[in-house]
Amino acid sequence: MTAVTEERKQPVGAPPRSPKKQRSMAQQLPFKIRLRRDWQMLVLMVPGVLFLLVFFYVPVLGNVVAFQDFQPYLGIMHSEWNGVQNFINLYGNPDFWDALRNTLILAGVQLVLFFPVPLAMALIVDSLVSNRIRRAFQTIAYLPHFLSWVLVIALFQQSLGGAGFVNNLLRQAGFDPIPFMTNPDTFPLLVVAQLVWKDAGWAMIIFLAALSAVDVSLYEAAAADGAGRWRRLWHITLPSMRTVIVLLLILRIGDILSVGFEQFILQRDSVGPGAAEVLDTFTYYAGVVGGDWSSGAAAGLAKGVIGALLLWGANALAHRLGEPGIFQKRGGES
Amino acid sequence: MRPIWKERPAPAYQIIKALVLGGFAVAIIVPIMVVISTSLASDQDIIKAGGYVLWPSHPTFKAYETLFSGGLMVRAIMVSVFVTVVGTAIALCTTIALAYATSRPVLFGRPVLLLVLFTLLFAPGIIPMFLIVKQLGLIDSLWSLILPGALGAFNFVVMRTFFMNVPQEILESARIDGASDFTILRRIVMPLSKAVIAVVGLFYAVGFWNAFFNALLYINDTSKWPVQVILRTYVLQGKSLSADQLGVTPLPQPQSLQMAVVVVALVPIAMVYPFLQRHFNKGVITGAVKG
Repeated sequence: MTAVTEERKQPVGAPPRSPKKQRSMAQQLPFKIRLRRDWQMLVLMVPGVLFLLVFFYVPVLGNVVAFQDFQPYLGIMHSEWNGVQNFINLYGNPDFWDALRNTLILAGVQLVLFFPVPLAMALIVDSLVSNRIRRAFQTIAYLPHFLSWVLVIALFQQSLGGAGFVNNLLRQAGFDPIPFMTNPDTFPLLVVAQLVWKDAGWAMIIFLAALSAVDVSLYEAAAADGAGRWRRLWHITLPSMRTVIVLLLILRIGDILSVGFEQFILQRDSVGPGAAEVLDTFTYYAGVVGGDWSSGAAAGLAKGVIGALLLWGANALAHRLGEPGIFQKRGGES
Repeated sequence: MRPIWKERPAPAYQIIKALVLGGFAVAIIVPIMVVISTSLASDQDIIKAGGYVLWPSHPTFKAYETLFSGGLMVRAIMVSVFVTVVGTAIALCTTIALAYATSRPVLFGRPVLLLVLFTLLFAPGIIPMFLIVKQLGLIDSLWSLILPGALGAFNFVVMRTFFMNVPQEILESARIDGASDFTILRRIVMPLSKAVIAVVGLFYAVGFWNAFFNALLYINDTSKWPVQVILRTYVLQGKSLSADQLGVTPLPQPQSLQMAVVVVALVPIAMVYPFLQRHFNKGVITGAVKG
């Protein structure tokens, strides 16, 4: 991007300037000239920027209702401010702490149990020699990513639910049915199973891309020197994938408090809020359903801020460890 | 040909590999197959099997005929198709325009880019989004399902990365020949980027078709429900579809009706999937992720 800015040089007859000013002028033509040159580009930006303002930045500012005693009929302008009272109320609300605890438990379980699955699967797929088998498996494994959560949970319910076909088979074989879908104690495992079913295949795609970028001559040299498959995995494959693994971990951590919102709201009825209430569903039920807008907004804002901080912190940590992370320094583009 | 570093693994490892991959594939295919089979099964198939059918011995389209005979489901499909088609068109236009305008160093290019990238870091939250949609008077309007999804940051990044890799020399020569930015976008950049436009368009379409929570939040009028909400209400929550909602009697077995609803939600995805899949290995998506 920076390379192209030099396309327009100083006009020949321009008066001499101090070096500092000259540098900034070489990069930036006068505003009027740029405006005349770029007006079509500005027109192209209008719809996108309008969208961002209306459906992102105005709602971001709308988070001030978290500091108000918000009444829908008064609106944001006329509702009374009450400082951090909503957050104090949340602090004393056991439901909020349940939601927070569930969010952290579910996020932790997902991070530990889900994250390694696509990596392991990618390693297996990459080790396949037959391209036909590999392609067939990829075709099947990517498909569920494009199904909606409603559909995925409907499929799980039809398979594992109380009247689902697995329990039908169990009953016909004379066993007691197993309440896979309604047991709150095993809910985190169910959540991970659904996540693996839906997204493990798709998450594999990035690992596979990274694996195909590993320099083959390294494998060849190591194999010739007598390194077995596990040694090559440890000393060549995994170090080569470090950057990608760190990148995906950061993204995962930044997303951690969102832990699959639709997945939970869809199963909150069958498992019960004790196990399936997370911060997002708490926000929805307290605010939109319950009409306690301010508490809902306060919980939502707390979640958003903590999530952004986690993402930023994880990224900073990655920089510390010498990894590029997601938000690269300037010049990392293109 | 087996390269030297891919020596044949021990039989035990081969079996483990086959079990892992095969098991995963079966776990994906079997539920989908059971759903499709049950939707096609006749009443006696379902009663004999006690609920779910692995393979319909007397296939019939009765469940689909009932669903498509009118009322609830037909309306829902029309809503979903409208939202998907119009939403994808709008989102594509917004994304292409913004991605092109920020792909080169122009006035306000960098601040606008930062405006977009910030959306990746933070989400405005459910309540403020609800309040703004309400303020705009979009509650119970199908536009509430379309406009908030008119630009996806991830799709924007994919598109912009692709535009930035269009050789600058071509654009330069067009500009010297007197082409305006609009002309360059329409006559040069877009024809060169058909693949990425197709992929991003399909991603948007899948997203609009699958969107469920938006409708739950913004649409109270049941006659404007999209397919996903119908799926939730009549399959997940197990409400039964009554005859007056469908306008036909007698109704087939509830299982086959429910499964037909599932299939209706599934089919459009299954139809676009082959087109999507063609592009996965071309690096359109992974190239952008590497950023």
